[in-house]
This record gives sequence, C-alpha cells and structure tokens, in this order.
Amino acid sequence: MLSRVANSIYWMARYIERAENTARFVDVNLHLMLDGHVDSEEQWEPLVIISGDVDQFKERYGAPTKDNVINFLTFDLENPNSIISSVSSARENARTVREVISSEMWAQVNKFYYTLLDAEKSGVALDTPYDFYNEVKLRSHMFIGTTDTTMSHGEAWHFERLGRLLERADKTSRILDAKYYMLLPRVEDVGTPIDNISWVALLKSASAFEMYRKKFRKITPKDVALFLILDLKFPRSIRYCLLKAQVSLHEITGTVIGTFTNKAERRLGRLRSDLDYANIDEIISVGLHEFLDGFQTKLNGVGDAIFDTFFSLRQTEKDEKITEVSQ
Amino acid sequence: MDFDSYDPEDFYDELFKSKGKPRPGTEILINRLKSFPQGEILRRQKAAEAALFNMGVTFTVYSDESGIEKIFPFDILPRIVEPGDWIQIEKGLKQRIYALNLFIDDVYHDQKIVKDGIIPKDILYSSKCIQPKCVGLNPPKGIWCHITGTDLVRDKDGRFYVLEDNLRCPSGVSYVLENRQVLKRTFPLVFEKSSILPVDDYPNRLSRMLQFLAPDNVESPNIALLTPGIYNSAYFEHSFLAQQTGIELVEGNDLVVKDGFVYMRTTKGFEKVDVIYRRIDDDFLDPLAFNPDSLLGVPGIMDVYKSGRLALANAPGTGVADDKVVYAYVPKIIKYYLGEDPILPNVPTYICWDDKDREYVLNNLEKLVVKPANESGGYGMLMGTHSTAEERKAFAERIKENPRNYIAQPTLSLSLVPVIVDDDHFEGRHVDLRPYVLYGEDIYVMPGGLTRVALKKGSLVVNSSQGGGSKDTWVLSNLPK
Repeated sequence: MLSRVANSIYWMARYIERAENTARFVDVNLHLMLDGHVDSEEQWEPLVIISGDVDQFKERYGAPTKDNVINFLTFDLENPNSIISSVSSARENARTVREVISSEMWAQVNKFYYTLLDAEKSGVALDTPYDFYNEVKLRSHMFIGTTDTTMSHGEAWHFERLGRLLERADKTSRILDAKYYMLLPRVEDVGTPIDNISWVALLKSASAFEMYRKKFRKITPKDVALFLILDLKFPRSIRYCLLKAQVSLHEITGTVIGTFTNKAERRLGRLRSDLDYANIDEIISVGLHEFLDGFQTKLNGVGDAIFDTFFSLRQTEKDEKITEVSQ
Repeated sequence: MDFDSYDPEDFYDELFKSKGKPRPGTEILINRLKSFPQGEILRRQKAAEAALFNMGVTFTVYSDESGIEKIFPFDILPRIVEPGDWIQIEKGLKQRIYALNLFIDDVYHDQKIVKDGIIPKDILYSSKCIQPKCVGLNPPKGIWCHITGTDLVRDKDGRFYVLEDNLRCPSGVSYVLENRQVLKRTFPLVFEKSSILPVDDYPNRLSRMLQFLAPDNVESPNIALLTPGIYNSAYFEHSFLAQQTGIELVEGNDLVVKDGFVYMRTTKGFEKVDVIYRRIDDDFLDPLAFNPDSLLGVPGIMDVYKSGRLALANAPGTGVADDKVVYAYVPKIIKYYLGEDPILPNVPTYICWDDKDREYVLNNLEKLVVKPANESGGYGMLMGTHSTAEERKAFAERIKENPRNYIAQPTLSLSLVPVIVDDDHFEGRHVDLRPYVLYGEDIYVMPGGLTRVALKKGSLVVNSSQGGGSKDTWVLSNLPK
C-alpha cells in the first residue's frame, strides 16, 4: 500500500487511542474527587505530565487546578494532545484515506468529532462530566470495534493496530510512571497490601482494576506494576501491547517473528524480548522510574524506525536496496 | 404542502405541463407527495440532508480560522426526464463526443479541418488550452477524451441545447451517485412503481474503461486516481470514486518517475502504475513539461506518457475543444468529420473575434449573456438582462480590448423544477443538466446526471460556487401505462 496511506492509518489509530486515554485519566480523577478526596493541585498535575506539554501548560494556564487541567486536556485546540485535537487529527488522517478504510469507520470518526464539537458548545462536559468522558471512551471503543468488524484484516488494518498498540503501551507506561511514586509512602511498602482508593484509581486509569482483581487478591504496589508492565493477557499491559504490535508488524512484512529484515522489526523484537525475560523484583530494585524512562526512549526508537522503514518518502538508494532484498 | 398554487407560468417546467397538470411519468411522484401528511416532505428533506452530512458529502467553508463543513445544497424533489427526451440526449452526446475526439486528434496531427477552412487557424492557435507539447501524440487506443460531463439546458421551446462540453476534468458525478442513494431512501414507494434507470453502474464502467486503456502487454494493470489532495474542493469525489472503483488514490508526491516508468511509493517499495485517472489540470501535471512551479504533479510523467508506457485519462490537450470560441464551431465539426447534422443543437453563439458578431454583441449587451472563453465556475460573466448600464460599459471595453476571449449568447429561459421554499411551499427554480459520458471500448452515457439548480429566485446561474444546489435526475425507461 501507499506509504502516505499507511502513515495516515497508523496515526489515525494513535490519535483515537490518545483521546481515549486522556478521557480516562480525567474521568478517574473526577471520581476520586467524588469519593471525598481533597481537590488538590497535586492530584491534577500528573495528568498534565502524562498527556501534555508541562511547559506549555505552565506558561498558558499557571496553576494546575481542576478547571485548568480539564480545559487543557479536553477542548484546548492549542494543545495538540487534547481530546479535541487528537480526534480532529484522527479525522483529518481518516479523511485522506477514506477510500481505504470502510465507510462505517469514517462515519464513526466523523460522529466522534461532531460529538465533541457539540459538547464544547453545550457545556455538557462540565455539567455532567462523567457522562461526557464516558461517551468519549465509548466512541473510541466503537471505532475500534467497527474497525475490527468492517475492515479486512490486511496490511492497512495491521498498520492501524500497530499504531494503536504502540500508543497504548506508551500511555500505560506514562501513567504508571507519573503516579507510582506519588502513591508509595515508603519504598519498603512495595510488597505490602495497601488497599487504598488511590491505587484502585491508578488501576482504573488503565481500565485494569477489575481484571487485576481477578488475578490478585490484594493490591500491592509490586503486583500493580507487574500487572501493568508484564501481564500476558491484559490488553493494556505494556507487554501485551508489544506482543500484538509485533504480530502486526510481521504480518505487514511477512518476516517470521524472531528474525528481522529492517530496523523496525529489530528494535521492536529486542524491546519485546526484554520484557519477556524481565522480572518485576529486578525492575523495582533497579528503579521503576529508570526502567519506564528507558522503555519510553526505546519505544520512541521503534516509532522512528517504523517511520523510516515504511512511511518516509525520501527513500535513499541504500534503503531501496534493503527493501528489495527483503522481498 | 401541495402544488395548488404552483404555477410555472410561461417557462418550460420539467414536472408540470401547466399549472396543476403533471407531465406523464411524474404523476406517481406528485400523487405521493400530495398524500403526505403536513410536515412530512420537510421531515424527509431534513433526513436527506442529515444522510448526506453523515456520508461526508461536504465541502469546507473557511469563514474564520476553523473550517465549517457544509453539504452542497440539495433539494429532494427530483428532476424527471421522459424516455423520448433521453433517447435524443444519449444519441446526441455519443455523436458529439465521437466527433470531438476526431477533432482533437486532427488538431494535434494534420489539422485538416484548418486546411479545409472550417475553423480559422487564428482561432485554434489562440486557444489558451492548446498544448504544443501534444503535437504528434498518439494517446492509448486513439482516445483523447475519456470522461466528459456535458452541460445541457432546456429552453422555453422544450428543446435541449448543449451549453458547455467540459472535456478536461469534469466533476460532480459523485453527487449523482450519492443523491440517488439518498432519494431511494426518501421515496422508496415511488421508486418501486416507476421505471427509473439505475446510475449505480457508473463506477463499474469507469473502472472497465480505465482498464481498457492500459498498455497492451500489461495483464492486470495498476490504476490510480491522481488528486491535488485533501484541500481540493472536489477531494470528496476523488476519494469516493477511488473507493467505489477500488483504484488507488494518489497525490503527486506518491508518484515518481524512474527508468522510464511511473511508480507509486508503497510500504513494500516501488510499484509500477499503468493507468492514471488524473484530476489535476494539464498545467499542473508535470512541472518539467508544463507549469514549472507545480507541486501537485509528477516530474517527467509526460515523457512516460509519450512513450506509451502509461495511459492518462483524460489525455493532456483536450482543453483545446473546451474553449468557448471553439465550442461555437462544434456543429461544423460534427458535420465535417461525420457528415451528419448535430442531434443536440448548440446555443446560438456570437464570436466577438468576428467583426460582424462583435458589432451585434456590443449593440445588444442588455439582451445577451457574455462569457470569457476559458473560465469555469460561472466566473467573469455578464448577465445582460440583470446588468446596469455601467457594468455593460465596462464589459464592452473588455470585449474591445480582447475580442478573442469573449463569446455571447442570447439569454435562455432555462426550464424550471419545483423546490421547497421557506419550509412551506413550492416554487419553480431554473435548472441545467450534466450527464456523464465515458469513452473506452464504446461510448457510454450514464442514464441520469447532475441536475444543478439555481436556488435564488429568478437566477439563471446554477454553479455551486454561485449559490447553486443539486437534485437527483430520474431517467424513465418507459412511461407508466
């Protein structure tokens, strides 16, 4: 398929996933407030760290109050990662590939966008925020479901899934990174049960609470990290995302998993193997933050490699040769 | 809402013979509309608009920084064409397109038509759209103009006339297909009872025609539609046609010329392209051959085309027959190449380049419509009957300065079709008709077309850029017994 088209599909998926994650972060924080938690700036600042540009936020809004953060993350068109900017970008990308995606998918993205425009006008997001953020999550799920059931699971679909999963892995790592140490009273507490509402909220931010409960009786910081980083079955755990992303990448190239013909396959394969043989005690003793930071850098490297391998229009002669040999 | 007060007066109305008297073939629709309870027509009009909006049949209006998307104005009352009229239109268009192709081929080869004194050399050579780069060129299968959208109008006398030929990149066919989808939902019972010819075969025919153009040695050709991109006003149509035909939608940047072939940049390397349905003008097609500043085109693509390793639809250079002065000669062109009289007449046309015609035009500006030879979209025209003395004076100067660039035609009384006005009654509005013609193995005229309607009361300008809307067009295969 055309490089430009693959690029647009990949980003369409990433932006929809980004909007959903942002909506979930805000939603969980709002729920914490209802449960009697003090509405403090410390509670809202991590959301800016996870989803947006901290410097840009400070410059334009100042203090990370609830209203400031909600506005920045939801309807602020100048924030490229706000929900409305993300969905708008997803829609612009979808528009350039309308002939490739199914018309049902286009209708979903279009409706998603207009739902947000209407919500902004009517003020419903602030009147009934729980309904609103729920609607955003639901619209994302509907898009993913429509994609799975109306589009052939060929190359374009795999680029879509690749984009979505890499975005999701990145967001899960960020939420864990931003919240973990804030919640952990003392490093010695890593292994002890802290059935605290904040930890539940952290799990809920990744839609992970119910599934975590099915696997672990008690909430311990170590198990939370284990579940969100290394679980093999949970669809938002980092390892699961990479596993499926790798399947899509190799479906696209036709190369057997475990081998590589380009740097995207090599980098993603290496990162995935790291997780396959990782051990949670080791990760925590080295430092969770250091681990996640390193992971995000490597994940960005995978993104760059995908761009160079499949999307870059400026193919050098050397790159061409590699592509030809790999066919 | 009923038609009791609807009166076409002395205009030709496409649905009514006269006040209160529907034409044969329109009774089923009119009776159905009459049977609707209060408010039902309006409800269906709104539902149709919502359907078009959700399908994304929209264009973007940039009034402030953020663009607002709107649908093209659409009125649910269809225009109905009787079988007898359609047979004439179909025959007439086939004849015209066939002759125009012979003409374009002659222009770029021997120019017999000039040598035989049918068209003055000066007229031909001063056409803005003649392409010196196309001289001697032999397009695949000998066809130049594969896709045409001819504009027809019906005058007071009930006859159809050809107003414009549109041989370059005619647009609008996607609206025909989408409008039909919507109307089937809007009036399912009327469709069931009437014998309306389907338009849905168009994408199929288009795809077959493009395959037919592929170089002979290519077994399963790669076909692409070349678009200027997402900001082009017809982008929706480009994307729609690519989706419906299954051909690849490409932008100039997706294509590259190397080793004498055109390739697409894909995720698996370079892939050869054999046929391109291009929706960008000649001038922007190849910065090496035409406009060097073009960023939309593909450098070197003309050389590949000339070598026969690539087919382009339409061929570059067809615009020469789109010139409105050349248009005036089409009846003579048909006679010259085919030895036949034109089945569809031209609108009588005065050529300002001709001294006698020009004198008449300058003395009768208030009665005439004056058009520049190479504008489209209804721009740069003088509507004499609606003009002020000052405007006419200014226009007379322009004509004298550059007579070659102007033609004039009598003001026609375009036919009417009822539209819903102010949500509570019907009024007649002027329409034209653009049928679409494909020329491949044979010539195919899609039974239907884009009926454009001037939504402003009394207006004769149907262009969408000037407040025009559209309607579905029903061609009946026979009249109900």
